Amino acid sequence: MSVRSGSGKSRITVDISLPTRKRTPWGPVLLKWLCWLAGVMTMGVLMLIVLYILVNGVPEFFFRDENGALQFKDQLFALKYNSKNLSMFPAIINTLLMTALSLLFSVPLGVGGGIYLAEYAKPGSKLVKVIRVTAETLTGIPSIIYALFGMLVFVVTLGIGISMLAGALTLGTMTLPLILRQTEESLLGVPMSYREGSYGLGAGKLRTTLRIVLPVAMPGILAAVLLSIGRISGETAALIFTSGTGTRIAGLYDSGRTLAVHLFKLQEEGRAVGASFAVAVVLLAVVVLMNALSVYIAGKLTTKG
Amino acid sequence: MAAACVCILAVGVICYFLFANGLPFFAQYAVSDFISGKEWAPLRGVFGILPMIVGSFVITLGALLLGAPAGVLTAIMMARFSSGKAVRLMKPAVALLAGIPSVVYGFFGLMLLVPFTRSILGGDGLSILVAAILLAIMILPTIIQTSRAAIEAVPNAYYEGSLALGASHESSVFRAILPAARSGIVSGIVLGIGRAIGETTAVLMVAGNQARLPTSLLKGVRALTVNVLLEMGYAADLHRASLIATGVILFVIVMAVNIIFSFYNRRRVLQ
Repeated sequence: MSVRSGSGKSRITVDISLPTRKRTPWGPVLLKWLCWLAGVMTMGVLMLIVLYILVNGVPEFFFRDENGALQFKDQLFALKYNSKNLSMFPAIINTLLMTALSLLFSVPLGVGGGIYLAEYAKPGSKLVKVIRVTAETLTGIPSIIYALFGMLVFVVTLGIGISMLAGALTLGTMTLPLILRQTEESLLGVPMSYREGSYGLGAGKLRTTLRIVLPVAMPGILAAVLLSIGRISGETAALIFTSGTGTRIAGLYDSGRTLAVHLFKLQEEGRAVGASFAVAVVLLAVVVLMNALSVYIAGKLTTKG
Repeated sequence: MAAACVCILAVGVICYFLFANGLPFFAQYAVSDFISGKEWAPLRGVFGILPMIVGSFVITLGALLLGAPAGVLTAIMMARFSSGKAVRLMKPAVALLAGIPSVVYGFFGLMLLVPFTRSILGGDGLSILVAAILLAIMILPTIIQTSRAAIEAVPNAYYEGSLALGASHESSVFRAILPAARSGIVSGIVLGIGRAIGETTAVLMVAGNQARLPTSLLKGVRALTVNVLLEMGYAADLHRASLIATGVILFVIVMAVNIIFSFYNRRRVLQ
């Protein structure tokens, strides 16, 4: 027997078995086991990737000296890269610099834009709609398009050249919509009564926003920033033609490779597999750290709220 | 506080520069020859990107065939068939899967999947198959997170109503909740398509990158994104313009997918 409910085209069909038929239909039960299988597979794949990188990568940080004692391979962290030591130290510093520069660009604009959308703009106005659509568009654009954009606009047209600055501006544009959307959503999640209470005490709009609403929404914004850090430190395609592949610790106007680009270049040049594994371990560690931090902050958010 | 307008500005500037630099190429080289040309030989001035379009399409389709069912089923399992403990374990795991940089995925594919397929199925291992498997893994978290949110947003009354009619837990999940969450699940899959088409680094590392029409799953293939990244470093003049034009085509494809999807969504909402 089948019972139909709902209206219009989106009918919901529910098959039910009558009490006289003791057997439950086996189809859904089978599907349920397929679900579990898929879940286990997903976990398995993650385990496989993480363990594979760790098992092969962690030993690369160490070597045995003449006496057979385990020593730390500090040449991997030598101040200068050369084709012999394959040091990742300059790349680590470049990654930090790149992250800081990109955030310097995207955080003020993203948070500012989010505040405008949530607190000041008339909800439902044309401008707000256009901004939402464009932010969504920006999120969907592939990183290789950002690479072309960065190269054409910052490197060539503005004449900055292949440099950390050009790379940071490109990545800043790329992470902007993420921070903007998350800021807006966190601000909209703050209860109206907070604002009303603040107004009731005589505070103005700006003071209310900055002193009352923004601090409450802070964990959500921080989570977006952490996510952006993860994206920036893992980006390759958008950086190769904007910040380039220079191997030294880079200044603002120099070409410098980040860790992810470093791994990519090591592979492209067919250089030592061992050093590549070591870089992969560091990259993985960055991602795990950022994830753990954002989970921690999100946890704080829920216990507070 | 008109900082928000930077978004509009950014989209405007991206479109303008992309098209301003890409479109002049079509004045010198017919669009139809560009899109339907089977040969890519920039040194001889022959620019046909059909192999790359087919390449992008094939690996995206493969990734979808493998990744979408696995992702949706995992999402259902997390939302409806598991204890709180398993979900507490899986949520950060999926977030981690989403956060792993594509270059690390590519490296993993190159080191493990490529030799593996080489030894089992022959060929040189750098193939459509490996690229599709790797992309399937990469789009998993996108699909899982969006589908799971959609499934959990279905009002519990649907489920309870179905139970009250005598359906089992499993039947209720698959026949009552799932159809109601359909549009959310589709949007997760579309996001996955976007990520698969746009992926560059990981595909470049495992797909072999030969610019010709593929004849088997074990042959290498070059994606549109890879074409740009691979040759931009040394391209000049018309060759360079052709790569930017490749970017334009890619951009148009991604936008088309998004627009078709948003129309689909709007129609459903209106109903």
